[in-house]
Amino acid sequence: MGTSLGFHIVFAVLGVGVPLLMASAEGIALYRRDQTWMLLARRWSSAFGILFAVGAVSGTVLSFELGLLWPGFMSFSGSIIGLPFSAEGFAFFLEAIFLGLYLYGWDRLRPFQHWLTGLPVAASGAASSIFVVMANSWMNTPTGFKLVDGRLASVDPLSAAFNPSTPTETIHMLVSAYVVTGFVVAAVYAAGMLRGRGDAFHRRGLLLGMAMAAVAIVLAGITGDNSARFTYGAQPAKFAAMEALYATTRGAPLHIGGIPSDSQGRLLYAIEIPYGLSLLAALDPNAEVRGLDSFPADQRPNTVVVHLSFDTMVGLGIGLGLLAALFWFLVWRSRRVPSNRLVLWCLVAAGPAAVITMEAGWFVTEFGRQPWIVYGIIRTTAAATSAPGLGLVFAVFAAIYIALAVTLSRLLLLLARHNRERSEPKP
Amino acid sequence: MSEADAAAGLLWLSLTAYAVLAGADFGGGVWDIFASGPRKRAQRQAVARAMGPVWEANHVWLIFMITGLFTTFPIAFGDLSLALYVPMTVALIGIVLRGAAFAFRAHGREAVGPLSPWGVVFGGSSVVAPFFLGTAAAAVASGAIRITDGRVASGFGAGWSTPFALVMGLLAVALCAYLAAAYLMVETEDDAALQSDFRRRALIASVVSGALALLGLWVAYAQAPRVWADLTGNGLLLLLLALINGPIALWGVWRLRPRLTRIAVAAQVTFVLWAWAVGQWPYLVPPDLTIADAAAPAAVLSAWLVVIAVGMLLVIPSLGVLFGVFKARNPAA
Repeated sequence: MGTSLGFHIVFAVLGVGVPLLMASAEGIALYRRDQTWMLLARRWSSAFGILFAVGAVSGTVLSFELGLLWPGFMSFSGSIIGLPFSAEGFAFFLEAIFLGLYLYGWDRLRPFQHWLTGLPVAASGAASSIFVVMANSWMNTPTGFKLVDGRLASVDPLSAAFNPSTPTETIHMLVSAYVVTGFVVAAVYAAGMLRGRGDAFHRRGLLLGMAMAAVAIVLAGITGDNSARFTYGAQPAKFAAMEALYATTRGAPLHIGGIPSDSQGRLLYAIEIPYGLSLLAALDPNAEVRGLDSFPADQRPNTVVVHLSFDTMVGLGIGLGLLAALFWFLVWRSRRVPSNRLVLWCLVAAGPAAVITMEAGWFVTEFGRQPWIVYGIIRTTAAATSAPGLGLVFAVFAAIYIALAVTLSRLLLLLARHNRERSEPKP
Repeated sequence: MSEADAAAGLLWLSLTAYAVLAGADFGGGVWDIFASGPRKRAQRQAVARAMGPVWEANHVWLIFMITGLFTTFPIAFGDLSLALYVPMTVALIGIVLRGAAFAFRAHGREAVGPLSPWGVVFGGSSVVAPFFLGTAAAAVASGAIRITDGRVASGFGAGWSTPFALVMGLLAVALCAYLAAAYLMVETEDDAALQSDFRRRALIASVVSGALALLGLWVAYAQAPRVWADLTGNGLLLLLLALINGPIALWGVWRLRPRLTRIAVAAQVTFVLWAWAVGQWPYLVPPDLTIADAAAPAAVLSAWLVVIAVGMLLVIPSLGVLFGVFKARNPAA
């Protein structure tokens, strides 16, 4: 399940971000009557056709796996959090319908009509991400139901959907999707420029990608900060693991890096900023932060994974933000897209880095919630399936994903080369 | 009719939509494998052209049904996931590979042709997925999934590996192929040679699926008494309607009336599904789980029905536009 999720999410975020880029490029093209922007939109649309299909089928795997792997979880919580999933079904429906129109309608619709069909694709992509993360945020802060003797007595599906962590978590994920898309797209064109293709097509692709990335990374910083502060109040065990804080402390320092050692009950080799953590978490240098030792041993998440993932996310996130700032500073100063090779190399690296940042963020929220699948209510082990042969199924799906990923990358490269050969006459 | 019945009815409607729309997309894959003769390439292109804009939207009916099922009947979803773990996992693999292979072929241009591994995967998985979905349906209908004290008591092999399930799996594949051939007859109206290829295929599919349907009824009578009782009980009228549509569709194929055939084949599939549903009512998973027992709390059902109403208001006109743009090419015909 984790593998499926980690695989699917890359396509899901591109499914959220790329339509917005396509619609923007096509909008600019129509507004300025500019063929280069139009070419960008068309190229993205053919690549996106493949991406969306792989995203759609891997999403289907997830909806089945919910039941196939976690029947205990779904029997209990299906009715409580099914609503956002059903709403997501509709959002996905609209996205698929309008994507069909968009991809196959270039020659059948008038240009302005065609552009209009791109808008619902972008909007419903964003909506699906919000609905799905709603369900995940319920797992973090479950509300909207009453238990009597361990059985479900009454359900209020709306308050489950709009649970306490819904606002922080859904928005943080949505802007992160734009961060990843922006940097990945920018990386593709930066790589092209490094190979000496510095034409208007590449420069504009890079600019549009970085525009999205720059706006989104700022928002991701703000919403991420909010999210962390929310976790401090709502999921103290996760927060303690994120910061690798073992002992409950007043005026807790902020730890950067380091290797948490559960056996010694402390964090080794970390940089400490005195009072930093209390200040960030509660805006009060002397605030008390609960440590891991205040939780029974069987209710602690894996500190090593959670802390290192958290620091990876924050560290890379800050790095990406600085890179975006540097890029736009250079554009502003020289009035053109930077062609400095070092900057371009950094932009190429930023693509995968943005994906890692996002995956690290999911590691934090998922591993940070362990050993619970629904925080404080159901343990992960109690929800898993009793079916035999899980190892085999896991191996089969892993193999399928690898095959899909390899073919997909090969095809995208072929598609790019094919397009280049067609549009650029031989020198 | 209770809210739970309404929810079950809506889920069954989306299953029907999935069967008649996405079923034809699986059938397209079947004809991709069996593409033959001088117009081999044109046949494959016709399949790809017909599926391209719509298959993803068609596929969503399945997602819609799964999410709807775990929202409104979470207990049934958990139980079915356990009991049908094997056929559903295999069908799922088929669905994944089919979709990915189609997209690779459709958008990968010459790089991934019909003879490349992905081309073969496309056809193969188009057979595997409906076959296993058919066996899973047979397992539910035949009452082989037993639930005692809220736990699945029957094993992981129950119901879907019987002779009846085997016939139902084959019937599902044959019906998908029949749907696809009938729809493709309409899509190829402006190319008489190609249309006659699909007409011949529709004839074959018609005979095969008709034979399998009658065989299925006989096996049900002999080995799955519960299905027989349901179909000849409450479901009898709908079953007869399904059976009447068989000759009508066959006549349409024979006399080259593609539009009539399209309706008759889709009606046949629809009536079979509803004969099954009405026959086993009020059970969701016979013989132990009724619709009322499996239903989520009333507040959830009401909220879900509202979400569906709002969502359908958005989706149905959009689907109208999609099919209007791509499927209404020959208004004169």
